[in-house]
Amino acid sequence: MSSEILIKAEGLTKKFDDFLAVDKIDFQVFKGECFGFLGPNGAGKTTTMRMVQCGLPLSAGSLSVSGMYVTESGREIKTMIGVAPQEDNLDPDFTVMHNLVVYARYFDIPKKEATKRAEELLKFVQLDEKKEVLIDELSSGMKRRLILARALINEPQILILDEPTTGLDPQARHLIWEKIRNLQKQEVTIVLTTHYMEEAAQLCDRTVIMDLGKIIEEGKPADLVKKHVGEEVLEVGYDEEVLKFLQDTCPDAKLEIMGDRIQVFTNQTRGIFSQILNKYSFKAAMIRDANLEDVFLKLTGRRLKE
Amino acid sequence: MKADVSTSLLSVPQISYRAWKVWRRDLEVFMKTYKVNFFPPLVEPIFYLVGLGFGLGGFVQPQEGLRYVAFIAPALVAISMMFSSFFECTYASFVRMYYQKTFGAIIATPVSLEEVIAGELLWGATKSLINSTIVLGVVLVFGLVSSPLFLLIPPLAFLVGLLFSAMAMCFTAITPNIDSFNYPSFLFITPMFILSGTFFSSHNLPGTVQTISKIFLPLYHAVELSRGLAIGRLHPSLLFNLGWILVATPVFVILSINLMKRRLIK
Repeated sequence: MSSEILIKAEGLTKKFDDFLAVDKIDFQVFKGECFGFLGPNGAGKTTTMRMVQCGLPLSAGSLSVSGMYVTESGREIKTMIGVAPQEDNLDPDFTVMHNLVVYARYFDIPKKEATKRAEELLKFVQLDEKKEVLIDELSSGMKRRLILARALINEPQILILDEPTTGLDPQARHLIWEKIRNLQKQEVTIVLTTHYMEEAAQLCDRTVIMDLGKIIEEGKPADLVKKHVGEEVLEVGYDEEVLKFLQDTCPDAKLEIMGDRIQVFTNQTRGIFSQILNKYSFKAAMIRDANLEDVFLKLTGRRLKE
Repeated sequence: MKADVSTSLLSVPQISYRAWKVWRRDLEVFMKTYKVNFFPPLVEPIFYLVGLGFGLGGFVQPQEGLRYVAFIAPALVAISMMFSSFFECTYASFVRMYYQKTFGAIIATPVSLEEVIAGELLWGATKSLINSTIVLGVVLVFGLVSSPLFLLIPPLAFLVGLLFSAMAMCFTAITPNIDSFNYPSFLFITPMFILSGTFFSSHNLPGTVQTISKIFLPLYHAVELSRGLAIGRLHPSLLFNLGWILVATPVFVILSINLMKRRLIK
């Protein structure tokens, strides 16, 4: 990662009729880093991505990619970025190989070079056996990998991954993560959106957390967890008595009730843990590592109870 | 309208050579199943010529001085220009835009939305050229063409195809869903199919209907031109027909591109 700024947004705003999808956000993406937009559905992540890839006009603010403004140099910017959208928009009329070759043509890549790159990319995403297969015959994990390969056909400096693993099973997800890590090693700048906290923690150098069109926090995943939640979270099985005990003994702690469990966010996890074990040995209590999900729930206030 | 899409519906879009890349994509899809695609324009005119031309034609007096079968033959060529391009840029373009999200995939590349739509229109015009040339071939085999001017029909087919593609794309830009294409199909295409001097001379129609078809129905002009070239009967009124198409085509091309921009770039 260098200190060269590749993407810069200032007061970036997008309004659809009366709906404010992105509300005056500022962010910077540095060259070579993996930058994550984290947030629930409807937070404004995809809208932001679509503005970066010059597919959506801005309502206000400014947005530049590699020093060029998206409002002025759409064509130049689109030449240097690769986009893997959330939805499957592969061309169902063509085979796997033909999808890549046709897509390369839109970038003015000569046929011979396009075929060479397509072969390499299919190897990279482990689809070289499926070259002549039609899109309908691919599993959803394979389609995601092909979309990733397609996004790389123009050898982009910036790769935009909009929810790269949503809806995939764990194996398929890990395979995609492995490919993304490979690309990070090659110093491709990656911007990804996800609502999986684990994905952001695994892949991103820095993340912003978005909610309701705004960026509500920014930082390295590990720092965010440490700052907002601490190292560990205590979980106890739900019980009126236990809840009352917790409220009495540690009034500063944040308590969240999720289904039949109480989550306790406090800086004295271990002390309370042993007290609970002493008093209520029958209660399923455990200490686990804090994660980005805890940060997210704490920041957005969803389902959290003081 | 939002400030950033306030472009007027008649502002001239910037189109580069990249539109042909979209055209080429559509051509490659077409060529993958060319046997199936060449079949309808080859078979359909045979039924019309035999059934209507020779069958019904036995009861019909000559139209505009032509044997009935020779009268309808050039109209069949013009009708295929209309059908092939209109349905290409309504149903087929809508499927690519809405269901396959092909347009969305392409505009993430250096190709712009304007060029995607222009490529679609060029492809619709090409479909018209291909299909009507096949119909023209059938008509030739039946010996219903009497002038070497018929060689001008394929370029005419491209022009007429571009016009119908652009009109179709305007409907595609405003249709709420694929079923709503029934409205232009039955309120615009079907009346035109019947009332444009296709199966009987438009002189047989009441005066007002005649005037309306001359002013509003593009197929009327295509049929007049196709017939004039097929039988070598060149009348100055053909200049009016050609002029009508030459004026209407750029207007609808520009309108359709701007309407699609309005639909897809919010």
